[in-house]
Amino acid sequence: MSNVEKEKVVELIHVDKAFGDQIVLEDVNLPIYEGTTTVIVGPSGTGKSVTLKLMMGLMRPDSGQVIAFGHDISNISNKELRKIRMNFGVLFQNVALFDSMNIFDNIALPLRERTDATEDDIRRNVQEKLEMMDLTGADKKFPAQLSGGMLKRAGLARALVLDPRIVFFDEPTTGLDANKSAEIYRLFHHTQSELNYSAVIVSHDVPKIFKLSDFVVLLAEKKLHGCVSPEDFQLSDNPAIRLYVEKNIGPIYSSLIEEAGFYETF
Amino acid sequence: MCILVRNVIFFEEIAIYPSKYCRNFQFGLIQTTYMLKILEKLGHEILYFLETAGRMGIFLFQSIACIFLPPYKLQPIIRQIYFIGTRSIFVILFTGTFTGMVLGLQGYYTLQKFGSEGLLGSAVAVSLLRELGPVLTALMVIGRAGSAMCAEIGIMRNSEQIDALELMAIDPYQFIIVPKFVASIVSMPLLTFIFNFFGILGGFFVGVSLLGLNSGTYFQGMYSAAVWADVEMGLIKAFVFGLLVVWICTAKGFFLHRERAGGFGAEGVSRTTTNAVVMASVTILVWDYLISAMML
Repeated sequence: MSNVEKEKVVELIHVDKAFGDQIVLEDVNLPIYEGTTTVIVGPSGTGKSVTLKLMMGLMRPDSGQVIAFGHDISNISNKELRKIRMNFGVLFQNVALFDSMNIFDNIALPLRERTDATEDDIRRNVQEKLEMMDLTGADKKFPAQLSGGMLKRAGLARALVLDPRIVFFDEPTTGLDANKSAEIYRLFHHTQSELNYSAVIVSHDVPKIFKLSDFVVLLAEKKLHGCVSPEDFQLSDNPAIRLYVEKNIGPIYSSLIEEAGFYETF
Repeated sequence: MCILVRNVIFFEEIAIYPSKYCRNFQFGLIQTTYMLKILEKLGHEILYFLETAGRMGIFLFQSIACIFLPPYKLQPIIRQIYFIGTRSIFVILFTGTFTGMVLGLQGYYTLQKFGSEGLLGSAVAVSLLRELGPVLTALMVIGRAGSAMCAEIGIMRNSEQIDALELMAIDPYQFIIVPKFVASIVSMPLLTFIFNFFGILGGFFVGVSLLGLNSGTYFQGMYSAAVWADVEMGLIKAFVFGLLVVWICTAKGFFLHRERAGGFGAEGVSRTTTNAVVMASVTILVWDYLISAMML
C-alpha cells in the first residue's frame, strides 16, 4: 500500500518513556495513516500497551511529540484533548464497560454525554450498532451476564458509536477461542470497510492478524522495528524482526542449513 | 627485613578485615548507613505526604470548579441524593432517636443531683444542635455512603472504567464526582436536622413519658436556651462535614492507583476504603473542634 498520499492521523515523533529507572521506549517514531490498519506485535512486557496509551493521551511522554489530528497532545489542555478524543474509539483489553449499566446504556453513554441527539436518535443508533455486532436482544443485560466474546463485541459497539476516525484495539482477542477471535476479526473487517476508520491493533495473534493489517510494527528492546507491509515484515533483514518471526511463525523462508541450526537451539 | 614483611602482611590484613582489628570502624560504618536509611525513609514519607496533599487539594479545587461549569445535569444529582440522603434516613432516624433517649436518661439523673431537672430540655437540644447532631450524622454517612462511594470509584479506577470515560471524551469529574459532591453537600444538613428532630423527640420520650418530667418544662427550657447561633453552628458544621466526607472518600477512590495502600485488585480497594473511612472520621472530629473553637 502506498503511504505517500495518505494523511497521518496520529504520529509518535522521537518519543521516550520511562517509569523510574526502567526505560520502556527509546526514540520511538510511528506514523498511523488514514484508513489503514497498523498492527503492533511484540513479546509481552515490552511496552505495547504503553505505546497505545501514549497515542491516546492517557500518558504523556518524557520527551518527544505525539501528534493527533494536527495537535501535539503531549502538551495540550484537557479541554482541547477532549475535543480531539471525540475522534477516538477504544476497545480495552478487559473491555472496561460500566458494570453498573446495562449494555444499551453503556453503548448510548457517549451519545448522551457528548452529543445533542434526541433519545429516539440514540435508540436508533444504538440498535443499529447492536445489530451490526449480532447483539440484538442483549441490550437489557448487564456486562457481568455476558460471555467474553459478547463483551468484546459490546465494547466494539461502544467504541464505534460516535463514528470515530481512529480506533485503538488493545489485544482484542485475548481469552477467546479461535472461532470467537475469527468472529471479532470478521466484525472488525466488516465495520472498518463500512465506516472507514484507521485502526491500531496490539495483538499476539501472529500470523492471523497479518491478513487484516496494512502495516506491521515490532516492539522489541525499547525500539520499534518495521512499520512495513506484512509480506515485507516476514521477509525483513532486520535481526530483531527475523528473530521474532522465526520464533512465532517458524523459519518459513530460511534455507535448509539455517533451519537445521535453528532447531538445534531448542 | 623480616619485621618489615611481617608489618606489610599485618597492614594488608587490616585492609581486608578492618573489623577484626578496629571494632569502632565497623560500628561507625553501620551507624552511618543506618542514619542514611532513616533519613531516606523520612524524605520518602515527607515527599509522599506532600504529593498526596497536593493531589487532594487540586482534586477539591477541580471538583468544586466543575460544579459551576456546564453541562448541568439534574438527574444524576437526584440519583445521588437518593443514595446518600434518602437511603440514610432510616439509619439517621434510629441513631438520632436513641442518642436523644440516652441524653435524656443520663441528663435527667445528672441534673437531678443538682435539683435542676427542668434544664433537661435545653441540655438535650443544645448538645444535639451544636455537637452530636452534625458529628454523628457525618459519621453515619461515612459508614453508609462514604465507604460505598470510595469502593465504587476505586473499582472503576481499577477496571479502567475511568480511563474509558476519558477516552470517550467524558470528563470523569463531571460524570462521577460532581453529582456526589452536590448530593453530599445538600444531604448532610438535611440529615442533621432529621437527626436533631428525632433526638429531641427521643429525649422528650425518656424525660417526660418515662421519668415524669413536665412536658411544658421540657419545651420551655429548650425554647429559652437554644438560640439561632446554635442552629447556625450546627448548619455550618453539617455543610463543612458534607464537603469533607465526599472529598476524602471520592478522592481516595479516584486516586486508588496512586495510593500506597491501593495497588491493584480487590485487596487494594478494601485497604483504600478502610483508609478513607478512618481518615474521614478523624478529620470530622478534628474539624468539629476547630469550628467550635472558631465560633464560640
